[in-house]
Amino acid sequence: MITQTLARGVNTLVRATAVAAILFGFSFTAGAVAADGGIVAIGGSITEIVYALGEEDQLIARDTTSLFPPEALNLPDVGYIRALSPEGVLSVNPKMMLTLEGAGPPEALDVLQKSGLTIITVPENYNRAGIVEKIRIVGKALGVEEKAEQLAQQVEADLEEVQKDAASHRQSRRVLFVLSLQGGKVMAAGTGTSAAGIIEMAGGENALSGVAGYKQISDEAVINAAPDVILLIDRNSNHSTDDDSVLTHAALGSTPAAKAGKVVRMNSLYLLGFGPRTAEAVRELSNAISGKAH
Amino acid sequence: MLQTLSTASHLPANRNDTRGDRSVKARLTLVGLAGLLAVTSFLSLATGASDASLLAVIQSWIAPLTGGQIELSIRDSIIIHDIRLPRMVLGILVGASLAVCGATMQGLFRNPLADPGIVGVSSGAALGAVTMIVLGSSTLAPIAAFLGVFALPLTAFAGALITTLLLYRVSTQNGKTSVATMLLAGIALGALALALTGILIFMADDQQLRDLTFWNMGSLAGATWVKILAAAPIIIVVLLTVPFLAGGLNAMTLGEATARHIGIPVQGLKACAILVVAAATGASVAVSGGIGFVGIVVPHLLRLLIGPDHRYLLPASALLGASLLLVADAIARTIVAPAELPIGIITALVGAPFFLWILLSRRGFLDL
Repeated sequence: MITQTLARGVNTLVRATAVAAILFGFSFTAGAVAADGGIVAIGGSITEIVYALGEEDQLIARDTTSLFPPEALNLPDVGYIRALSPEGVLSVNPKMMLTLEGAGPPEALDVLQKSGLTIITVPENYNRAGIVEKIRIVGKALGVEEKAEQLAQQVEADLEEVQKDAASHRQSRRVLFVLSLQGGKVMAAGTGTSAAGIIEMAGGENALSGVAGYKQISDEAVINAAPDVILLIDRNSNHSTDDDSVLTHAALGSTPAAKAGKVVRMNSLYLLGFGPRTAEAVRELSNAISGKAH
Repeated sequence: MLQTLSTASHLPANRNDTRGDRSVKARLTLVGLAGLLAVTSFLSLATGASDASLLAVIQSWIAPLTGGQIELSIRDSIIIHDIRLPRMVLGILVGASLAVCGATMQGLFRNPLADPGIVGVSSGAALGAVTMIVLGSSTLAPIAAFLGVFALPLTAFAGALITTLLLYRVSTQNGKTSVATMLLAGIALGALALALTGILIFMADDQQLRDLTFWNMGSLAGATWVKILAAAPIIIVVLLTVPFLAGGLNAMTLGEATARHIGIPVQGLKACAILVVAAATGASVAVSGGIGFVGIVVPHLLRLLIGPDHRYLLPASALLGASLLLVADAIARTIVAPAELPIGIITALVGAPFFLWILLSRRGFLDL
């Protein structure tokens, strides 16, 4: 008797809420439409991990920074990770959005959250543990925890091995990562950056300490940093800088790196993505800075 | 100047002489523009990256009235109610405000090139807003906490007001405003504001930097009801105040001295116009970043069509400005869908060539 009355009461309440909701222009009848779609991956390394797990069939869209593997480029692009368009994301009918830390703007995320989309934020840490954690979280979100565990262990072992190799090089080299050299002004990587993270993993030492983040630095600071190696982003990317402008640059040209001709270039997502390919990138960087042939 | 004379209600013109009177045309244009705004508003609600059906949403609005009930998917409901509707409202407010600010400034300076974006007022507003974004969590935290959602519009307003006042002081001498000085002073003030913004950007951390970059390009993408709540009161008050300035601005076209002689309180008018432009520019910049050229294209187009009478020019600018921004926004969000372009890029792509065209066709006028 009591249960019946209670059930009827609850029923009335639910109905009243639904009517009120519609009157206010918001109809949130539970389970009206089951989200049918797949997963949107936001962040280059997230997309790479999904492909590495062989779960690309679940992917229906990506962000602008997801450039690897090349097949990913065939997916619709919902915008730059920091400037997502909420309607753009919803237009591909996703059931889940897997995103790297730092996606935005916050208004877009609020609206997406409100729409019932599951948003999983993957933290970004520029070290070995960070990569392994990313793989585990992505694997769990995709429902392939076992496969993810395998990949995580394999990546961890690879990283451990290359880092051990890297550390065994006789001396640690000072590496200066130059993000851009526009108008002769050096934009370099300070502490806490992805570049500092990868340099450290490769057994190098970030030549620019005492500055946090990517900052424009003075010529004197460049000379003071005295890098043994100058690290640049690939020639065919947006931030490309040619060797000549480095070697003839007033400050960069006088560093030990320029004198020894040690200017190293790597693809930006490969180098700074902190994903499944990072072990390889660390090995390549480590060989390059220690002078081993590769 | 004939049409200005005959439509300035303060002057005892020959009532039988209606040559050059474009009042009828202007009234018809206003009706047409209101119709256009209705169409563009509908367009704004109906277009987007997704296939959310506006029809279903409208049915769901009407259904309860007739006793029916239509179940709408959560996704469509969110897309229409929380993405497109606030965007449409913000587009109308910002578009109207930008165009009216342009028209008012052009009236005040008696120059078709005066625009908050070009003479540095927008840069001043941006400086105010960036100050709040960067220092709002540290030095200015108490102010930010006290002002709440109004912190950004109000600091942007302060920045715009200071710039406008400085601009006016610098370019006005003995009650006469020099056009060349105004443009140059505007460039200098804009550069100064930009430099100060640069210092703040250098101080900003990574997260703030990301916020700044996209805010700076201008976009209606971040439209939320909270933002509308913060900006709408300011913009609506301005839009309601501006029609009262029309008579005075008309008289000003004859020159400040003449305006004073026919009984216009010139100083009061100037002060009010400056305040209004700064307030609306500040509010618009705070919610949508820097969207350029609406303030220059819209009033100029309308002047060609209905003449320079501010009684019609100001409301017509508001209507056309709103429509123009809604169309630009509809393009911005569909052209690279599902991603989207910052709207500032679209308005600049249309506006910059238009601006050059004005310069070319009015070359003689500008060589002062």
